[in-house]
Amino acid sequence: MSSMIAKTKSAPGVQGVLRQKWQTLWRDIKQNKVCYLFLAPYAALFITFTVLPVLMAIGLSFTYFNMLQPPQWVGVHNYLRLFLEDDIFLIAVKNTFIYAAITGPVSYFMCFILAWMINEFKPKVRAILTLLFYAPSISGNVYLVWQVIFSGDTYGYVNAFLLYWGIIKSPIQWLIDPTWIMPIVIIVVLWMSLGTSFLVFIAGLQGIDESLYEAGAIDGVRNRWQELWYLTLPAMRGYLMFGAIMAITSSFTIASEITHLVGFPSTDYAAHTIVQHLQDYGTIRFEMGYASAIAVILFFIMVISQRVVQKLLNRVGE
Amino acid sequence: MKFNFSIRKKRLSRSAGGDTAVFIILLMGIAFMSMPLVLTISNAFKPLSELFLFPPRFIVRNPTLNNFKDLLVLMAQSWVPMSRYLLNSLLIVIGGTAGNVFFASLAAYILSVRKFPGANLFLSMVVLSLMFSAEVTAIPNYVTIAALGWVDTYAAIIVPAWGSSLGLYLMKNFVDSMIHRSVIEAAEIDGASEFRIYWQIVMPNVKPAWLTMIILLFQSLWKNTGGHFLYSEQLKTLPYALSQIVQGGVARQGVAAAVTLVMMIVPIVVFVINQSKVVDTMGTSGMAN
Repeated sequence: MSSMIAKTKSAPGVQGVLRQKWQTLWRDIKQNKVCYLFLAPYAALFITFTVLPVLMAIGLSFTYFNMLQPPQWVGVHNYLRLFLEDDIFLIAVKNTFIYAAITGPVSYFMCFILAWMINEFKPKVRAILTLLFYAPSISGNVYLVWQVIFSGDTYGYVNAFLLYWGIIKSPIQWLIDPTWIMPIVIIVVLWMSLGTSFLVFIAGLQGIDESLYEAGAIDGVRNRWQELWYLTLPAMRGYLMFGAIMAITSSFTIASEITHLVGFPSTDYAAHTIVQHLQDYGTIRFEMGYASAIAVILFFIMVISQRVVQKLLNRVGE
Repeated sequence: MKFNFSIRKKRLSRSAGGDTAVFIILLMGIAFMSMPLVLTISNAFKPLSELFLFPPRFIVRNPTLNNFKDLLVLMAQSWVPMSRYLLNSLLIVIGGTAGNVFFASLAAYILSVRKFPGANLFLSMVVLSLMFSAEVTAIPNYVTIAALGWVDTYAAIIVPAWGSSLGLYLMKNFVDSMIHRSVIEAAEIDGASEFRIYWQIVMPNVKPAWLTMIILLFQSLWKNTGGHFLYSEQLKTLPYALSQIVQGGVARQGVAAAVTLVMMIVPIVVFVINQSKVVDTMGTSGMAN
């Protein structure tokens, strides 16, 4: 007995505490064997096809890698070059923030408010309305019809319309004139933005129990706004965070829409974004290390904005 | 006077003015959203002369099926039969979707319902991974696939799709919100095994979740052209084959319009079937209390 006390007394150094922690953790892990079994197949796939490539890309961001010769270690040179030498990157950062600040919140609110309005209809009507709003994002590259609509010659629908009514005298080069490129890209992006989050919001709204609203009506909820704020939004909190992440990831990564609409590069880089810059270095100039550094910076920008949005969303319904 | 939409569910706390406003906003929204779609459909039936008319016309005047006939002729001339491209696309879409729904929901279920060391870390890794650009992971990914010896096989497209982060995160949110703890506890008291709880209790009750997942995955895989991974002609997909047909320039503009419509119709049909299933479940189950 006394020897045991002596042992425990002599043990509690940092090492002893650590060992005890490991032991409890190991016991926890063993108790939850089934959980790991459930997680294992997905975890293996996720680590192989997502985590590993991301880590490799982060590693590459500290190298010079032209995809032909083996990567050469260059330390933080890529990052320094981005901020100190690459003027076009800074234009891209500015443009990306403008796009994100407009399309992110607008598409997010559009998704939620339209889903919320549609949810009040009976199932069949709701399905049709959902389809009509969702159709632009379901239909692949249908957005290229905007190219015809905003075509710079007189065949473009907008030009033809404005010419016909005598509002303009000569056709406007919508997709070439730097003053028009950005507003047009924003219109097209917003048009396509009722996508993943819109569907998820609709499915989520359907999952809210009707009795919640009946109870709310008895408790004195008088109009739709009170109902939205005190009942619907708190019940949707998980989906709202999901939608926010979707809005962040899509609004910060606008690129292929721009390339397809106005070509690459856009006039005076007027529509240039971070991801376009990344694609430029990754797929045209074959500077994979530099492209990876751009991806890492974009990643941190998105993580920070996600944290900010999370703070805001925690206040919903209070 | 109160607006009485018979097409709407009865709901308390609604004013007539508000209902009218909602209706007007929805109509405006529909006009904006469906305009380019109408144009696409209309273009597919336009004869070549009308596609280049000035002033351009929105709606087709002399509808013709010539674009589709031309498309059929071009498809028949293809070296690998079109049915093979279609089969490839279907294999990739169905294989990828089924695997992701199964593996991701299995993991999402356990992450949502049980607490175990590492669960939160894993989930935050999944969320963070959504924010990393796919462009730069493309090269490392190719290295991985090549090391596995999967280049130029269906597995190169299908298996990575199973591990998509979006599916897991989506599913986790749905299980969190739609499944009540008491349901799980009741099943545990009845002695149901973990897999049984997942398969027979949770999955049927999150039907809207996996139906939504199916739509999203179908769409992204349907567009897949095989990229760098499939280079044998007989393994390539329908979008690839059709995009080759369209490459013919101005003379193929009519066919291009028909192709756009054909590629769009399939996801829309899947969407409609899928959504009617969502409606069914919610009408009958009345779960989630």
